[in-house]
Amino acid sequence: MAYTEEELKKELETKEYEYGFYTEIESETFPNGLNEEIVIAISKKKGEPEWMTLWRLEAFKYWKEMEEPEWANVHYEKPDFQAISYYSAPKKADPNKTLDDVDPELLEMYKKLGISVDEQKKLQNVAVDIVMDSVSVATTFKKTLAEKGIIFCSISEAIKDHPELVKKYIGSVVPKRDNFYAALNSAVFSDGSFCYIPKGVRCPMELSTYFRINQAGTGQFERTLVIADEDSYVSYLEGCTAPSRDENQLHAAVVELVALDGAEIKYSTVQNWFPGNKEGKGGVFNFVTKRAICEKNAKVSWTQVETGSAVTWKYPSCILKGDNSIGEFYSIAVTNNYQQADTGTKMVHIGKNTKSTIISKGISAGKSQNSYRGLVQVNSRADRARNFSQCDSLLMGNECGAHTFPYIEAKNKSAMIEHEATTSKIGEDQIFYCNQRGIDTEKAIALIVNGFSKEVLNKLPMEFAVEAQKLLEISLEGSVG
Amino acid sequence: MLKINDLHANVDDKEILKGINLEVKAGEVHAIMGPNGSGKSTLASVISGNENFEVTQGSIELNGEDLEDVSPEERAHKGVFLSFQYPVEIPGVSVTNFMKTAINESRKAKGLEDMPAKDMLKLIREKSELLEIDRKFLSRSLNEGFSGGEKKRNEIFQMAMLEPKVAILDETDSGLDIDALRIVASGVNKLKSKDNAVILITHYQRLLEYIVPDYVHVLHNGKIVKSGGKELALELEEKGYDWLKQETAV
Repeated sequence: MAYTEEELKKELETKEYEYGFYTEIESETFPNGLNEEIVIAISKKKGEPEWMTLWRLEAFKYWKEMEEPEWANVHYEKPDFQAISYYSAPKKADPNKTLDDVDPELLEMYKKLGISVDEQKKLQNVAVDIVMDSVSVATTFKKTLAEKGIIFCSISEAIKDHPELVKKYIGSVVPKRDNFYAALNSAVFSDGSFCYIPKGVRCPMELSTYFRINQAGTGQFERTLVIADEDSYVSYLEGCTAPSRDENQLHAAVVELVALDGAEIKYSTVQNWFPGNKEGKGGVFNFVTKRAICEKNAKVSWTQVETGSAVTWKYPSCILKGDNSIGEFYSIAVTNNYQQADTGTKMVHIGKNTKSTIISKGISAGKSQNSYRGLVQVNSRADRARNFSQCDSLLMGNECGAHTFPYIEAKNKSAMIEHEATTSKIGEDQIFYCNQRGIDTEKAIALIVNGFSKEVLNKLPMEFAVEAQKLLEISLEGSVG
Repeated sequence: MLKINDLHANVDDKEILKGINLEVKAGEVHAIMGPNGSGKSTLASVISGNENFEVTQGSIELNGEDLEDVSPEERAHKGVFLSFQYPVEIPGVSVTNFMKTAINESRKAKGLEDMPAKDMLKLIREKSELLEIDRKFLSRSLNEGFSGGEKKRNEIFQMAMLEPKVAILDETDSGLDIDALRIVASGVNKLKSKDNAVILITHYQRLLEYIVPDYVHVLHNGKIVKSGGKELALELEEKGYDWLKQETAV
């Protein structure tokens, strides 16, 4: 079958969400709605100390007075925040469980996703903290990490076991009143990961978390806090897939990274939330606040591969506070069918000699809309700040859109800011060229898309890059007839 | 090996090929010459299965099999190769990666396992030497920023890698300087065997000094108006195409 524009479009339309299945696991779910009692109940349920309960209540107070942001280039029916249940935990969860004790049904689910826990155990260098709905069900490699003084646990455990660290840093990068979704998350966050790397320690393995939404109508509010103490290093992987559901699901996570003097954090994400079906029905709303603070000589790299969600609103950012600090953002965002993504980054240069790099690759197919929105801000005392931004868009078919909104604010004359942007389209001639060499249309698209995304894929840790490539192919290909 | 019977083909409802008859046997080299717009490149596209062209009448057979319902990639698996006149760029995909994919897709279609990396490397080394290609060249993005000569040499390198049964070289000589032409031609000559066939599409006699054809056909206005031995090319060079145009108009 040779390729025509029409056929490509058709092929893209027939793609179904591969991971659309649902596992029967008994859950304990709170009644729908949000008020002070619910916030207190969540805190109590999790056995939190009083300071945390008060922290949540304060966030809730802010949230009540805030309004949903409307500036993003996305259109959707606003969620009814009183129709959502704010807490759901798999009943069988037990923090003392080993991997062998995990519900076989759960393990089966991960197998379907191609991320079987069995396999991961064999991947000696990956420690996995699996977040199933809201509560961690398995944590591995804890001992090895503990020997180095590294803390890697659920945020709930950290609140109980390491209150001094949590108290000091939670909300220090993303304040409670930062934005509507961050305030909501601060009030009701269910669980998430916590990581602390002590001074001068290089974390010997990639830390990894897989998130899933499993309960119908359950909002999920992850909270992640990573603290890299002076001159330490950590690479953190986060990956998500969600089962197919009919009603829209809300996901409003907050990720805070703290890189102290001379520290380096690599944070990689592969996101594959349910994007909705081909008519644009269902799918996850993904409103995420991710931000890092870089002290002197620190470095933070965000790498993300975004293929899922019906609506994405996400801007992993770096505040380059310390002199000589470095911020990087590498992103691939794929949208198909009726998906909408408004994603990008903020690089705020405060310290002297700060550097930032932005490489954004947007791929749009179907009737989707894909926007890059980025801010490069150079403050008055950020002498010799440098930024390089590159935004490339790849279009498939004639009904999708790619948009670029780069904002630049420079208040220091010695700043150097570069911005490059390209837009291209997968051509019939490229597809035919591949066909002629014996490569079918589906594989040809995968090849072209992977080539387009290579600069970013190369930034991912090896085993993640393979998974990400697979995901790109799944997201854009039709089923082989 | 390749048998074309009364082939008619349209593009955008305009008839370009108006009844082509051609038989190419294993071990033969055929040259197809003709003025601009005579349908040479269309013939190459139609043989390789480009569906921008609509076959309205006639047939193409490869080793006795009618290719009508065979997709371009399946034709490639069966041994049809087209060296493009204007090879496209695929950013971010290295020549090596592209060839690896092409070879393994072909093997998959034949029910074979992927070629072991060791063998692939050996093959690449052999073939790149054959075409005097610098290894660094192979890690570059396919055709991106290549000079005209590099693109054509890369096409023949791919031909060497894929070892086709029928190779159609569409104006492979255009854009080549004399040294590059010699390298490309010697590459093609080394790849020639009694089991495969080559169809050269060209305007000029120049290429035919290096790759000597067994037959020369002149295409004009969608039809083969004259066929002969290699001396026909020389005659064309001397008299130009107008001579034939007049002759066929009669």
